[in-house]
Parts: sequence; structure tokens; C-alpha cells
Amino acid sequence: MREITYVEALREALREEMRRDGRVFLLGEDIGPYGGAFTVTKGLIEEFGPERVRDTPISESAIVGAAVGAAITGMRPVAEIMFGDLTALAMDQICNQAAKIHYMFGGQTSCPMVLRTPFGGGVNIAEHHSQSLEAWFVHVPGLKVVAPSTPYDAKGLLKSSIRDENPVVFCEHKQLYRVKGPVPEEEYLVPIGSGDVKRVGEDVTVVATMWMVHKALKAADMLAEEGIKVEVVDPRTLNPLDKKAIVESVMKTNRAVVVSEDVKTCGITAEISAVIVEEAFDYLDAPVVRIANPDAPIPFSPPLENYVIPSEERIVNAVRKIVKGEV
Amino acid sequence: MDVEAENVEQVPRDEILQLYRSMVLIRRFEDKAYELFSQNLIPGTLHLSAGQEAVAAGVCGALRNEDYVESTHRGHGHCIAKGADVKRMMAELMGKRDGYCKGKGGSMHIADFNVGILGAEGIVGAGLPIAVGAALSCKLQGLDRVVACFFGDGAANNGTFGESLNMAAIWNLPVIFVCENNLYAMSVPYFKAFAIENIADRAAGYGLPGVVVDGMDVLKVYQAASMAVSRARKGEGPTLIECKTYRWRGHSRLKSHESKLYSPDEYEQWRKRDPIEVFKAKGLLSQEEVSAIEEEAEALIREAVEYALNSPYPEPEEAVQDVYV
Ligand SMILES: Cc1ncc(C[n+]2csc(CCOP(=O)(O)OP(=O)(O)O)c2C)c(N)n1
Repeated sequence: MREITYVEALREALREEMRRDGRVFLLGEDIGPYGGAFTVTKGLIEEFGPERVRDTPISESAIVGAAVGAAITGMRPVAEIMFGDLTALAMDQICNQAAKIHYMFGGQTSCPMVLRTPFGGGVNIAEHHSQSLEAWFVHVPGLKVVAPSTPYDAKGLLKSSIRDENPVVFCEHKQLYRVKGPVPEEEYLVPIGSGDVKRVGEDVTVVATMWMVHKALKAADMLAEEGIKVEVVDPRTLNPLDKKAIVESVMKTNRAVVVSEDVKTCGITAEISAVIVEEAFDYLDAPVVRIANPDAPIPFSPPLENYVIPSEERIVNAVRKIVKGEV
Repeated sequence: MDVEAENVEQVPRDEILQLYRSMVLIRRFEDKAYELFSQNLIPGTLHLSAGQEAVAAGVCGALRNEDYVESTHRGHGHCIAKGADVKRMMAELMGKRDGYCKGKGGSMHIADFNVGILGAEGIVGAGLPIAVGAALSCKLQGLDRVVACFFGDGAANNGTFGESLNMAAIWNLPVIFVCENNLYAMSVPYFKAFAIENIADRAAGYGLPGVVVDGMDVLKVYQAASMAVSRARKGEGPTLIECKTYRWRGHSRLKSHESKLYSPDEYEQWRKRDPIEVFKAKGLLSQEEVSAIEEEAEALIREAVEYALNSPYPEPEEAVQDVYV
């Protein structure tokens, strides 16, 4: 199968959906001739024109608000917020408007929009441009939250998100844009709410999200040399969460390590661990281990940033310990 | 307010020297930062203000040490003109422990409360409400201070712009809103993001004076800022100053690519109006004064680079310190 990058996969999804459905349009900062801060929309204005690939002023609240208004009146907007951190400026529109409109108005309207935005650190751009805030949105009923780790998943899930009747927060990751992977030429969808086993193993389950999936896979390679067989589960969607995929894996391996790049307190790892404890407690041979950022902002300087973002070594060490019965 | 009418003779001699000194130091700093970034000695990204020196120098030149400045992602110039130490700035850019923020902030988040720099911002437009709060605080505490709030043309389209100008106007606060209109917000040219010719015209809608100034002429900026500062100090409220200016380099990181999308000779036209050259051409300084200032700036930058290179990286564990007081 041909291999393309995560960015190319996203661009293909947008192009295909825009060709398929004239109601789909894009809006965001610098997404037109410039092609988006991370080049996701590059070239789309040439095919679809400035009406459907709309450069906006720097008005995050108005970008999301305009998407909400268009969605409830028959369009299928895909809004881009240039950095995930900047969703903070649009929080009212995302959490109070988009998420609640369908419910609050007694089901009279739906808000079929996608909010695409990149999260994640590792590129030394400090506190305002590096956070992973997926959990904020998972906490708001009414929003779906999608978080793909591979080009295949990114494309299939973006297409599903655009077709979904609900507002979807589509989380991308700066470190993943250049990652390559197999993507079929023919059309396919990845359903929202289905997890994926990225590597099969018997000794321990590592549940990881986004960039951490790749770190978990590297850690699994290293551990395989020591004879430890790691199963890597990628939830792919954070809300709805594929509890079944996670729980079934843990029932098989009897041990779980959960890895995510957000802060530990009330973060993604907290929720996934709780699910495991609630639904597979009797199968566990050891306490669930969580690996996440410490409860601190993401600092700028490389040694500081490297300290807060979970590393492969941390995963390797945690797995070794849990397998040896040291936790 | 008519800025053109003001007379150069009224500007004190030491102010004139200081305006030039600021501009030259900013230019040297930005050029050096660019070079170090290209050599991978500065991680992450950089937003350089070369070309816009007259705005930072002119506005900060009209302020006192205890007055406040609220800065932006493109803030090196504001900090230097307000009196920040280029050694500690350079160390911060490199992520070193002796940097202003101990390596936690980097280029986009420099602050120095000793000289009134309330901090640079990574979020476009987020500084405006903060400046309003600082000005309110000065007023409530009866401090004879003013706040200069820098922001770009892009920020003027953020909701915070309207909210902040309005609030400053209704409360008659001592704040000067300084819009650095460098014609681009990242890749988007002014005419695509505004349906009006001057951002300053928006001031009327909020009930404060709006002035347009040639942002490539430091004396004009200085005079406009001085008038706004004196209004603010007298309790006459906020002013919006729009400085028409231009940046030599691209939005962030390296070369300019954005402007080529729209107008090929625009860059050359603006280069002819280099604020440092425009100032020199006025003939206010002797050749000796010019050389002395340039040499002094060279030496300061050399020292800053050495200081920054010699400063250690922070210990990794410092990443979790200072989360709470
Ligand atoms: C609220 C917000 N939106 C978007 C960005 C990404 N971004 C950083 S600078 C910039 C352009 C800002 O333009 P302007 O305000 O004119 O300032 P300039 O860069 O020209 O100095 C953008 C879009 C951001 N940092 N914050």
C-alpha cells in the first residue's frame, strides 16, 4: 500500500469530503493561500476557491461562533484553530454553544461541525503553544473528541467526523504531521468510537494516545528484546471511548500501563485507569500505572520540556516494573 | 491631535540620543538572534521586529522607568527599549537558566517587572485586557503611571480589542494602545482582514482619540506617544496610536515568504524607509555620536551572546518548580 504523511492524509480527507458534499467548507486563520500553519489546507483554495476555504481574522471566538451558526443553518463547517492552546479563546462557543445547542433546544437543531486543532509539545514553543488539552473537551457532554495517531486513522476519522451530526473536536498533534504510514487509495471510513490494537502482546497492555502511541510502540520494540510482550491499544477516539477494546486487552494481559501527554490530574490517563478499575478489577494482577505529564505548564527550554513529556524510557521502566511484580 | 506640527527642537538632546540608541540596539539584537537561530543555538521559534524599531523606541522613549509596558510575541524591541537587560534576554532566548524566565518562557514570554515590562504574550490580543487591568490598578492606587500596550494589526481583529478599548474609555484609564500595523498578520495582508483604511478610525466608536503615525519615523512616534502619555497622566484617558510600519523578516523563524504572495516590490519599497536610516538622514547626530552608539551596541550584544552561551541549562527537575507560589 502507498505511504503518505498524516498531513497529506488530513488534506485528502478534506478534499474528498468537500468534493462529495458542497455544504462542507473550511474557515480559519491563514488556511487560504498560505495553506495553514501546518500545511494541512495547502492547495485546497486552488480547487475550492476563497468562499469555501476562508481566511479569517484572528478571532478565535468568532471563528468557532461562525461555524456554529453555519452548522445549525445547514452547512458542514470545518473550523481550524491554529494551536490547540488557542481553543481557550473560543471556549464559550465550543462548550456552551456548539456542545449544548442540540440538547438545550430540545433536539430541534443539530450542530454538525468539526473543530480541527493541533495539540502537543516537543518543539520548544513553550507554555502557550504546546499543551494537550483533549481532556477539557472530553469533560463536556455534547462534544465528540477524536484523537488519531496514524495517517490511516487521521483520514478515516476526519471523514467520519465531517459526516457526524454532532460537533466534533478533532485533535491533531504537531509531532505526528510528518509521520508516514499506509493509506489506501480507495475510500474508507474509520468509525468514531472504535479503538485499535496497534500491537499484539500477552504480558501487559499499554493504552496510549496520539504521539504516545508511537513512543509506546518503540518501547514495546525495546522490551521485546528482553522477552516482554507488550500489547499497545490506541483508543483513537476519547469520547466516546471504546471501553470494550481496552477492557478486553486488560482481561487478557492482566496488567495495564496508561500513557498520555496531558497533565496527570483529571487527565486522560485518569479516566482510562478508572474505566479499567471499574470494569476489569478482578482481572488485574497489579495496580494500574499511569504515565503522564507532571502537573506543570509546558516549559520552553529543551531539557525542561523533555522532562515533562513522557519518554520511551519512562514507559520501558514502568512496564519492566509491572511485569516483575514491583508495583 | 496633529503630530506633524510638533517641532523637533522641543525634543531634549538626551532623548534624541536615547531614541537612536534603542533602535540600534534592537536592530543588532534581532540580527544576532536571527543568526543564532539559524545556527540552532536558539530553539523553538522567533518573531523578529527588525524594521519596526521606531515604534518600540519612540513609545518607550516617552515613558518613565516606572510606567508599564504590555508586549507581544514580537516583543524583543519593546523590552529592549523599556530597558531590559539584553544579556538576560539572550539567555532566555537560548533557554538558559540565567534568562529572564529561567528558561521557562523563551522568546515569546519575556518580562522584567523592575523596569515595568509586564510580560510578552503568546496569545494574540490577550495583552489588551491585561493592560486595561494594569491601568485600572494604577488609577485605583493613585499611582502616577501609564501603561503602553503594544499589539499588531492582527490583534485588532480579536474580540479583546473592542472589549478593552471600550473598558479603558468608560473608565478613563491611563493606557496607550499602540497598534503596530506592519501590514501582515502572519500571511494575511491588511486589506484582506480589514474593510477600513486605518485601524485608528475604530477608536471613535469606543470614544477615545485615534491617531495615525508614520511608524518608520521615530520622532513622530515619540511625539505622538508623548502627547498620549501626557493626556493619560492628566487623567484624560486612553489613546489609540496606529503606527504604520513593516517587518524585514517573515512572520517567524526565517525569511519572508508571505509578502511575495501579494506584492513583489513591496519589500524593497519599505526597505528604503528603514527607520534607522530615516533618522540618520535628519542629521541630528554627529558622525562621532552615531559611531559611539553603534560601537556600544555591538559590545552589548557581544557580551550578551557570551553571557547566554556560558549560562547553564536549567536542571530538568526545575520544570515542576514554581507552579504555585
Ligand atoms: C489568539 C491567537 N491566535 C492565533 C495565534 C497564532 N499567531 C501568532 S502571531 C499571529 C499573527 C499576529 O499578527 P499581528 O497581531 O499583526 O502581529 P505581528 O505578528 O504582525 O507582529 C498569529 C496568527 C496566536 N498566537 N494567538
